[in-house]
Amino acid sequence: MSFYGWLWRVLPGPKALKVVQVALLLIAVVAVLFTWVFPVIAPLMPFNDTTVE
Amino acid sequence: MRVLRNVLGLLGELLITAGAFLLLFVGWQLWWTDVVSDTDASAVVATMAANPDAWVQPKKVKLGEAFAIVRVPRFGADFARPLYEGTTREVLQRGVGHYLETALPGEIGNFAMAGHRTTYGKPFNQIDKLKLGDVVLIETRDYYFVYRVSASEVVAPSKTSVLLPVPNDRQAAPTKAMLTMTSCHPEFSARERFVVYAVLDVKYPHAQGVPASVLEVQG
Repeated sequence: MSFYGWLWRVLPGPKALKVVQVALLLIAVVAVLFTWVFPVIAPLMPFNDTTVE
Repeated sequence: MRVLRNVLGLLGELLITAGAFLLLFVGWQLWWTDVVSDTDASAVVATMAANPDAWVQPKKVKLGEAFAIVRVPRFGADFARPLYEGTTREVLQRGVGHYLETALPGEIGNFAMAGHRTTYGKPFNQIDKLKLGDVVLIETRDYYFVYRVSASEVVAPSKTSVLLPVPNDRQAAPTKAMLTMTSCHPEFSARERFVVYAVLDVKYPHAQGVPASVLEVQG
């Protein structure tokens, strides 16, 4: 049982096509993380304060 | 055994995914926030430089508006960042922020500003490299204000007295136009604050511009 193994099996087409699909999925995941997920997490990190208060 | 192998396999994938997630976050924080912030800051500075009549007067600025350009020759000949009103997280992710209710550029009292030491364009990354006498140039709609560095110190984040009209003196009435810059210290930490003080040296009308000698780095 393996998620990535399962993903590889369900992607249609020959190997070359699967590689392209995996690359596209990866880009989509990184884009979502960069745009929406990380900006929400960053303020919780302890190294971003520059003001005295 | 088969169940155990399945569980371990999934767990391994989960850990690899978590590791990739953390590496991506570090990459985003250390690299991508700089790319986004630098691009934005350059565009804002270029827009301001192209429309000098459209600048907000410092007295009328609202939270989050850019009203000046900060130049520090020691940080590089092309170092120019927009100065925004306020020091909220959103403001500091775009440039340098002016502490609300501190003096305005050139005023008697203490004009205070904050900037990131690392990430988000890290405008004050080299704040610890400033030397006595170094120029901090503030360009507003009507004037260029030339401040010169007079002192620096590392303080606790709670030491708000660095922002007082006469820094660190609650009783004194201000007679000089001071500047306080704050940033985090050490780099990649928020444990302390690096604080630089400067005193207004001279101001030039905007139409006149600044003599080239002001922008030269001494020593």
